[in-house]
Amino acid sequence: MSEMLSGGDMLIRALQDEGVEYVFGYPGGAALHIYDAIFRQQKIEHILVRHEQAATHMADGYARATGKTGVVLVTSGPGATNAITGIATAYMDSIPMVVLSGQVATAQIGTDAFQETDMIGVSRPVVKHSFLVKNAADIPLTIKKAFHIASTGRPGPVVVDIPKDTTDPAAAFPYEYPEQIRLRSYNPAVQGNGRQIRLALATLLAADRPIVYAGGGVVLGEGADALTRIARLLNLPVTNTLMGLGSFPGNDPQFVGMLGMHGTYEANMAMHHCDVILAVGARFDDRVTNAPDKFCPQAKVIHIDVDPTSISKIIPAHVPIVGRVANVLDSMEQLLAEEQERAPDKLDRNRIAAWWKTIDGWRAEHGLNHDLKPVAGQPILPQMVIQALYKATKGEAFVASDVGQHQMFAAQYYKFPKPRRWINSGGLGMGFGLPAAMGVVFGHPGATVACVTGEGSFMMNMQELSTCLQYGLPVKIINLNNQALGMVKQWQDMQYGGRHSSSTYSDSLPDFKTLVEAFGHVGIRVDQAEDLEPAMRRVFSDELRNRLVFLDVWVDRHEHVYPMAIKGGAMNEMFLGKTLKTENG
Amino acid sequence: MRRILAVLLENEAGALSRVVGLFAQRNYNIESLTVAPTEDETLSRLTLTTSGDDSKIEQITKHLHRLIEVVKVLDLTGTDHVERELMLVKIRAEGTARDEIKRTSDIFRGQIIDITANSFTVQLTGPSDKLDAFVRAIGKNLILELARTGVSGISRGDKVLSL
Ligand SMILES: Cc1ncc(C[n+]2csc(CCOP(=O)(O)OP(=O)(O)O)c2C)c(N)n1
Ligand SMILES: [Mg+2]
Repeated sequence: MSEMLSGGDMLIRALQDEGVEYVFGYPGGAALHIYDAIFRQQKIEHILVRHEQAATHMADGYARATGKTGVVLVTSGPGATNAITGIATAYMDSIPMVVLSGQVATAQIGTDAFQETDMIGVSRPVVKHSFLVKNAADIPLTIKKAFHIASTGRPGPVVVDIPKDTTDPAAAFPYEYPEQIRLRSYNPAVQGNGRQIRLALATLLAADRPIVYAGGGVVLGEGADALTRIARLLNLPVTNTLMGLGSFPGNDPQFVGMLGMHGTYEANMAMHHCDVILAVGARFDDRVTNAPDKFCPQAKVIHIDVDPTSISKIIPAHVPIVGRVANVLDSMEQLLAEEQERAPDKLDRNRIAAWWKTIDGWRAEHGLNHDLKPVAGQPILPQMVIQALYKATKGEAFVASDVGQHQMFAAQYYKFPKPRRWINSGGLGMGFGLPAAMGVVFGHPGATVACVTGEGSFMMNMQELSTCLQYGLPVKIINLNNQALGMVKQWQDMQYGGRHSSSTYSDSLPDFKTLVEAFGHVGIRVDQAEDLEPAMRRVFSDELRNRLVFLDVWVDRHEHVYPMAIKGGAMNEMFLGKTLKTENG
Repeated sequence: MRRILAVLLENEAGALSRVVGLFAQRNYNIESLTVAPTEDETLSRLTLTTSGDDSKIEQITKHLHRLIEVVKVLDLTGTDHVERELMLVKIRAEGTARDEIKRTSDIFRGQIIDITANSFTVQLTGPSDKLDAFVRAIGKNLILELARTGVSGISRGDKVLSL
């Protein structure tokens, strides 16, 4: 005999059976039966945020840092609509997330009832899938399906909209959680096609100027270790997308840096001149390719991705392979081992020595300077702040970021040694950093978690400082304060004759130090170059280990992010500084 | 180029809106769309006409597959297939024109399914271009009302689209 439970209790029990540790959420009328069910149990902890957007970003940060599915609970109407930005973020970046939204009672649906929003309709374009619960008895199976869909194949957010009557404590149903689930219409590819993998390897081994272009799919698809072994064995240069940082160790000499719009000179040059691209878990985003018709003119493209729609969408693939990244790379490693027995000279690391010489030349010519020195009396460059952060954390921190110049500096200058350390909204926007960093703390209690942000982005979700106090979350917030929407301003400098339309607000910024102190945290302000490194060390000192610390660094307001791709050009066309660009550009 | 896609879809609330939403969201056009449950009431069959070159149709097909509720997709265009559309058309039919309309309808193998003193309602099935030709033959100014179902299609021979 199975146990009899109400809809609300079945929902929470199903989450327990799914292994959920945390639910990030915010209550309201339509969700109150569920909140009561949470109150009457101990296994799952509910984290009360201050804005539903932050709940979704927290669940997202938790998911990115752990690989587990993030879970969100919001009420109907305003709760649901506030969650949309975070759902869209998870969708763009393929993050596994289950969002439970309360809904008005079934009989009221469609009547424009109080706090009724058609959540299924509003969220449709930004979810992997969604369910409207029709009967309370369906809840366990629906939750099982939601987690299965969110976490397999190309991951993504799944919304489960739950009318209030289906969680009514007055009705009870036999509870049973399905062990396994099979959906006849959903069978994501796992293994790649063997013949294609063989062809890919042959193509790669025949290349004179190969490059590995690895994206977020390597992180999500747990392929980083295999990729790193293959690249090291064959001495391949590796570049990462913004989403892929950490999928190959950032401090390895074979790493040529991030590619794309703000990628390194050597990465973009190597892409442009290569003859074979091994693209893994990357989607040839427009921020990478620049003009697709001028993209890497001599390159043969091998493309491994779990999502067939990503393949040949922008750039045609010569060797397409659909499958889970880890599985495909494992098969490739096995073939490599056979090859090593049969024809070891094909795997000679010196075979591409000339190619490496060219790349090292590019690196020496215009590579990033990772050893900038703060000089007393001179402005603090934002890049120096990231270097100081890297030093103070010995490269071992989780770093969440927002969107803007600060994000690009963090991506360029923090060398991530491992996957899942760089927690970044690749596809969407500002306001992500702080809540995402908070999610990371829940996933990895005790780890060092930093949030590199800009004053603009920070102010989009700063109410979460209160949540941080409630749960004792010692996030270290590094604010690159340039008193402007810096990235917007940079575009206006470069493309709109320096007309700063609505991108500055220097006379109306809060005093961040006292602001964070008012929230019960530690604030430190730095505006002198010589104070930067000592202040950064203090942020990460044992003394402040358990405190949230906000380091407000007043950086050079005029700094731009370089390199920057020249719009409409090929990948080798870049601005390298305010007065310097590549010859062909 | 005009394409005709047959899609098997879970017969669930909201499934159709995902298909339609996909086309709107990705800026693909839908020329016609028909949908109804199949002999297996858990499945709906959808026939959709759109246009685009091979790479566009490949993307559309892949994106349709990516929808969780889509079970199978088949591009009928390149294969040997039959397609039919049903049209109901109410035509002004007065005086001597009545005979003429009746004759035209017979030529197109249409059936007159309703009559009043002033009008005929004709039912016609066939490939879309035959229906277009009938509309042209009658002339727009005699047509009072027109309802078309959109194309439905199936492969010829033993080939079947099923689970
Ligand atoms: C929610 C949202 N709105 C608008 C944008 C467009 N946008 C991109 S970067 C940027 C400026 C960010 O300012 P700040 O956080 O201070 O970072 P900075 O560029 O100054 O380092 C804006 C407005 C965005 N990415 N997200
Ligand atoms: Mg700023």
